[in-house]
Amino acid sequence: METHIKIRDLNVHYNKVHALKDINLDIPRGQITVIIGPSGCGKSTLLKTLNRFHDLTDDTRVTGNVELDGVNLYAPDVEVTEVRTKVGLIAQRPFPLPMSIFENVAYGMRIHKLARNGKELREKVQHYLEIGGLWDEVKDRLNTPARDLSIGQQQRLCLARGLAVEPQVILGDEPTSSLDPISAKFIEERLEELKKEYTVVLVSHVLRQARHLADYLVFMYLGEVVEAGPAEQVLDQPKNDRTRAYLQGEFY
Amino acid sequence: MKKRWSLAHLEERVMRAIMLLACSLLVAVLAAILITIFVRGLPYLDLDLITKTPKGGFFLGGEGGILNAIVGSLLLAGGGTFLALLVSLPIAFGINVYTGASRLASLMRLTLDVLWGIPSLVYGAFGFTIMIAFGMRASLGAGILVLTLLQIPIMVRAMDEVMRMVPIELNQAALSLGATRLEAARSVLVRQALPGLVTAVLLAFGRGMGDAASVLFTAGFSDRIPTSLASPTASLPLAVFFQLGSPFPDVRGNGYATALVLTIVILIISSLSRLLARRLSRNVIR
Ligand SMILES: Nc1ncnc2c1ncn2[C@@H]1O[C@H](COP(=O)(O)OP(=O)(O)O)[C@@H](O)[C@H]1O
Ligand SMILES: [Mg+2]
Repeated sequence: METHIKIRDLNVHYNKVHALKDINLDIPRGQITVIIGPSGCGKSTLLKTLNRFHDLTDDTRVTGNVELDGVNLYAPDVEVTEVRTKVGLIAQRPFPLPMSIFENVAYGMRIHKLARNGKELREKVQHYLEIGGLWDEVKDRLNTPARDLSIGQQQRLCLARGLAVEPQVILGDEPTSSLDPISAKFIEERLEELKKEYTVVLVSHVLRQARHLADYLVFMYLGEVVEAGPAEQVLDQPKNDRTRAYLQGEFY
Repeated sequence: MKKRWSLAHLEERVMRAIMLLACSLLVAVLAAILITIFVRGLPYLDLDLITKTPKGGFFLGGEGGILNAIVGSLLLAGGGTFLALLVSLPIAFGINVYTGASRLASLMRLTLDVLWGIPSLVYGAFGFTIMIAFGMRASLGAGILVLTLLQIPIMVRAMDEVMRMVPIELNQAALSLGATRLEAARSVLVRQALPGLVTAVLLAFGRGMGDAASVLFTAGFSDRIPTSLASPTASLPLAVFFQLGSPFPDVRGNGYATALVLTIVILIISSLSRLLARRLSRNVIR
């Protein structure tokens, strides 16, 4: 296993709440890492440290290192927009941008100048919509508002939009929790497909999903990483009693 | 399942009755105002009134029209709205993009609310004091500046409210693609809030058109159409005011016709902007 993201001595404080405590974690490249744990244990907080989303709130303090291929994302000379380009995010609920379907996917490529001309842009939009598994459904209405898509389609659009800026890492904070079972399954399949080229980090509170998707599993509890390791090992022979109890459904 | 009487049921009926009553009251008042203006003004509304400037003795029942006031009001309100927009947009943006929920933002909001509450006569008097200090006379330029001051709080607060309604996740969606705050604001905040921004501008324009007290001392009044920013300038509300105060029934009739013109101008402009807002909301995420 080759480490892609190296987290060292990471602490996050929300004003007075100490939400993450001395996190040390190596996230493997080209695999799906799933973070599980009871509600409020800090899963979302950890995920947000990976694309520096805590920068957006004033009262949140992040200390420690998060290294992407050896580069500390929190180093003073690192451009935050570049971090977020390399580390994409699929949110819990899809939020298409207030534009057409086409413009949603083109948006990131426009701001990062990833297409040299209109032709290339159109080709790339098609390419990423295909990866998102949405092309066939929308190819005849690319210029209609994205808000008219169903919520499952919107989430796939958000996936395509995120991939279009050419990230290395894809974060997902319970990306299927707002979807119907079929759409959820569709997104799961996409993610399994994508791990060939991307490092995927998911938060999930659905154990079935974690079992199904995870190559690497992280169990968190009260702001700490209790156990992390290859999924089969954590699932079958958890080292920690808490992990075992959680996996057996003794608490949520 | 038979309907049964319960307290909750009764409560709902009472609330609905109150709501209906309040709504009808509002509509009735509006209807009464419009009917009064129409009934009294329509007989006096003719082409002369809106295409001619006052000839000698117009306000005593002489020949002429109120073209001077129509043009004056459009220039005053248009100029004020334009300048207010130049100031308001950056303020509204600043509050929402860079300061968010900070103390500075709430201080700004408080200040603007207080400014909104100040009577327009005070703005007029304030403008007048400054003009005196600089030895200026009542003019189009001075009127525009005072209207700008009057319109800024209205515009900023109306813009601020629609911007605050934009879901934070929408902004985060753009940011998560590596957009800067400004890029996110341009692509998300502006697009999402645009219909509301149009409404905000309209609201301020309407106030600028309709306010008499602020332009009374600062723009003055003139029977001629202004030729420069230094010309004293007539306005519709003042024309209404002068004519309605007349002892001559015909002049009062012209006053109602002038009020009718003012109402129609505002109606046209708000319909147009509503149409525009609807077109702009095509992509808005709900
Ligand atoms: N913006 C915030 N301000 C203060 N406390 C917060 C904030 N966000 C999260 N927390 C707290 O931090 C802890 C971890 O939250 P979170 O990362 O959202 O948990 P999870 O995603 O595992 O449910 C919780 O105790 C939560 O109450
Ligand atoms: Mg969470």
